[in-house]
Amino acid sequence: MAETIRITTPLKEEDSRKLRAGDSVLITGTIYSARDAAHKVMTEALARGEKLPIDWNDQIVYYLGPTPAKPGDPIGSCGPTTAGRMDAYTPTMLEQGIKGMIGKGSRAPEVVESMKKNGVTYFAAVGGAAALIAKSVKKYTVIAYPELGPEALAALEVVDFPAIVVIDSEGNDYYEIGQKPYRKL
Amino acid sequence: MRTINVEQITAEVAQMCKEAAYYLPQDVYEALKKGRETEESPVGQVVLDQIIRNSEIARAEDRPICQDTGMTIIFLEVGQDLHIEGGDLTEAINAGVAKGYTEGYLRKSVVAEPLFDRKNTQNNTPAIIYTKIVPGDQLKIELTCKGFGSENKGGIKMLVPADGVEGVKKAVLDIIQHASCNPCPPMVVGVGIGGTMDQAAYLSKRALMRKITERNAHPDYAALENELLGLINKTGIGPQLGGTTSALAVNIEWGPTHIAGLPVAVTICCHACRHSHRVL
Repeated sequence: MAETIRITTPLKEEDSRKLRAGDSVLITGTIYSARDAAHKVMTEALARGEKLPIDWNDQIVYYLGPTPAKPGDPIGSCGPTTAGRMDAYTPTMLEQGIKGMIGKGSRAPEVVESMKKNGVTYFAAVGGAAALIAKSVKKYTVIAYPELGPEALAALEVVDFPAIVVIDSEGNDYYEIGQKPYRKL
Repeated sequence: MRTINVEQITAEVAQMCKEAAYYLPQDVYEALKKGRETEESPVGQVVLDQIIRNSEIARAEDRPICQDTGMTIIFLEVGQDLHIEGGDLTEAINAGVAKGYTEGYLRKSVVAEPLFDRKNTQNNTPAIIYTKIVPGDQLKIELTCKGFGSENKGGIKMLVPADGVEGVKKAVLDIIQHASCNPCPPMVVGVGIGGTMDQAAYLSKRALMRKITERNAHPDYAALENELLGLINKTGIGPQLGGTTSALAVNIEWGPTHIAGLPVAVTICCHACRHSHRVL
């Protein structure tokens, strides 16, 4: 693997466009967690012409629903959830200025098209590495929709959050690239 | 007649939820280590290192291996000479699930109704409970926390007898290749063959409760388990980002079926193949 790239949020479009599928990154700064229910609520609010609880411009969304924090911890286990479930909402959300998404698993073609247009990068965190990933989260603050429990919209302060670029803003897909040399069927 | 109070069952189930969520079974841990030794992809090696390290942190610090602490599935074997007293068995099990998920800081991931309201029950109940009445006076409880990243990628195929072994292999591989990187591989693959549509699905779940180092007692099915594992590890899926360790094991369970049928069901489990067991 090539050298690890350090990213500090917010993520500007020009920096996002430099990242390539297969790059290993460490993310530091504030990222925002939202998953199925929060995406549904946010896109419904946009459809009604309402403002969202945060300005998503140049931000990174993390598809996550953590376990509850034990006393004294900032967060519980907090690995990525399947990004594909957010595909139906993603083009709308990317129009809000999001420049990075962290999740796991493949994305729909219309999401990749919207990423190319908006200069967005899709990162994968290792699925099921939730206790390890928690070590890089220093603070977890619910911003909106507390009634959604683990699905609330929250801000995470992260230091050296480990991820890999899986789909870059040119549409290169590392799931495809990474599998090909080992496909022997 | 032997007697067990439901309070004991509640306490055991609560403890079992925590154990399953925190402690990866040793056979799965060792299979991951073995996979790391043989993995050919450098990126795959990095992913496996993180997965192995993660399970070590979870075990050492009593933390959930994965934030998706799953829907709780319980397989019960109730001895026909056992008397359960003090309340409703199903309620006692669900009380144990609620207690374990609350006390253990596990995520509550169950909604009461699937389509319209989808309101979270806030305590991960109800569990899915399969009960079998067996001879004897013991109560055997097997519990798994089933994550839905992998559960969503399972499938079923109603084959016909003429499809034979080749048809079964193709059905399993089609489901696995369609699942691809999504169910958090390396996977443990449960396959149910025979019965009816629902029975095949049940068998595919039941198969995941068996140790992954243990092959089917029937030599032909044991050989098919090995052959399928070899084929799945040639798909290139690997540990999420490509490689040679796509699955850790294939466990098959089979049952009698109709002269016209050959149902095949696949339940995929992620690398966090979590379960706990008790005999009371």
